[in-house]
Amino acid sequence: MNLLENYEELVAMILFVIGFTMLVFSKNLLKKIIGLNIMDTGVYLFLASMGYIKDALTPIVPAEGEVNPMDYINPIPSGLVLTGIVVSVSVSALTLALCVRLYKKYHTLDLDEMYMHMKKEEE
Amino acid sequence: MELLIPIFRMILLISLLVCAVATALSKKPMTMIIIFTAYSIIMSVVWVLLRSPDLAITEAAVGAGVTGVLFFLTLRKLHLIDKDKEEELRAANESKEEKNDEK
Amino acid sequence: MMKNKFSEKFSAWLSGEVDLTEKIAEEKRTEAPSRISKKEEAEETKIIRSLEKKEIKLSFKEYKVLSVVFCVILIGILTATVYFLPTFASSDVPAVNEVYEHYVAQGRDETGAVNTVAGMILDYRAFDTLGESFVLFTATCAVLILMDDKHKKPKKEMHETVNYSRDPIVKSMAAILIPLILVFGAYILVNGHLSPGGGFSGGAILGAGFILYAMVYGDEQALKVLSERKIKVVTICSLSFYCLAKSYSFFTGNEFNGVHSVISAGTPGDILSGGLIMPLNIAVGLVVCCTMYSFYMLFKRGRMN
Repeated sequence: MNLLENYEELVAMILFVIGFTMLVFSKNLLKKIIGLNIMDTGVYLFLASMGYIKDALTPIVPAEGEVNPMDYINPIPSGLVLTGIVVSVSVSALTLALCVRLYKKYHTLDLDEMYMHMKKEEE
Repeated sequence: MELLIPIFRMILLISLLVCAVATALSKKPMTMIIIFTAYSIIMSVVWVLLRSPDLAITEAAVGAGVTGVLFFLTLRKLHLIDKDKEEELRAANESKEEKNDEK
Repeated sequence: MMKNKFSEKFSAWLSGEVDLTEKIAEEKRTEAPSRISKKEEAEETKIIRSLEKKEIKLSFKEYKVLSVVFCVILIGILTATVYFLPTFASSDVPAVNEVYEHYVAQGRDETGAVNTVAGMILDYRAFDTLGESFVLFTATCAVLILMDDKHKKPKKEMHETVNYSRDPIVKSMAAILIPLILVFGAYILVNGHLSPGGGFSGGAILGAGFILYAMVYGDEQALKVLSERKIKVVTICSLSFYCLAKSYSFFTGNEFNGVHSVISAGTPGDILSGGLIMPLNIAVGLVVCCTMYSFYMLFKRGRMN
């Protein structure tokens, strides 16, 4: 019905799936982190495209006079995404720091090799 | 003109998808991170088309700038960047410094 | 039973009889001697690895096929969801409701900010932004703990492969670019209630400018300009200023207790307008800037001094 008109949301969904697949199925820790970032941006794209209104302007209103709300896009998703983008950086910094710690202990970024080392240590 | 904007938007979205898939398929960590930086820059243009310029500024500074720098620093810390190249650069630099001192 | 034990343990810990960190220290001690036979171990692991890697390689193909199948199925499900969503860019979606109308139509007169997004995140939803700044602060603390190299013996510093401040191209470009970036960041920070931008974007740009400075002129020089102590003071002062200012505004904003805020919204469009929005923008921006810069320093050096 409106699959072709909703291409923006469709792309957001596909980005989310690509990121999620990278996060779950890849064995390299760095790739997992980048997958998490792509997943984040997919969600942000979906939120922002839900707030977009055709032929509307950026929500910066004139300093004087009446304001007609229908002339401007929805500012709520923009505000939510703005905070989300900055948090995603701190999340990736935290995960990268964990990654460095794991590399220092096991000297690999591969999850399988790490698992083998852990098994050996248990024995 | 009216028709051009949706076409531009579609091109951007398709290149976004291509970048995401390329990141997923790349084997070298270095390539992966460079493609991810490109992905962030395309994303910031998409934000402009969605009429949210504040998101575009943030994404350009944070997604393309700081996140990329953090990933590269991690690679450097794990010694995953090409070692021979580094040695070469260091040798070249030292010889240059010596020349400077001679002058 | 379990609860009783825990409460007993907790009370013992409170009174200082039990040291809960003892266990961690013991574990560390037992780790140390195993490093003596490193060479033998390495050979053993090589053999085991090569044997186990073969098994992994056999299962690797199945793994890849599985991930592609999973990806396709998930795309199918989500595409079906998109099919039932309201049309893109139409104005009759559920997100366009009275909240949006109120924010856009009355936001300027209530908050004094021309930029509706800034008015929204720093006035109507200011607690959300406060939590956000604390998330950044917590992330810095966590990275500081994880990257801590202080207790190790000071190894020889990793050589700078290229001394960029000697390179004529990099040097002259940095001399032009860094002041421009910093001024642009400050402009976006201060002008946040009038134009797109605000605390988060301006802070990120300022942080990126300082990172560029540290990259070109070296860490020592950068740490002279923006030292650990300064970062601590700036972050903590900004966070506490945000807390106090917003508490005041929430306390006086209540029309039932009879106290009115002395800070007026001002004339919309002026640089000194929007009540508390500009100072709060600056506080948030400084926190973001310090966070980005300290992430860089922690990843590069492992410590902040």
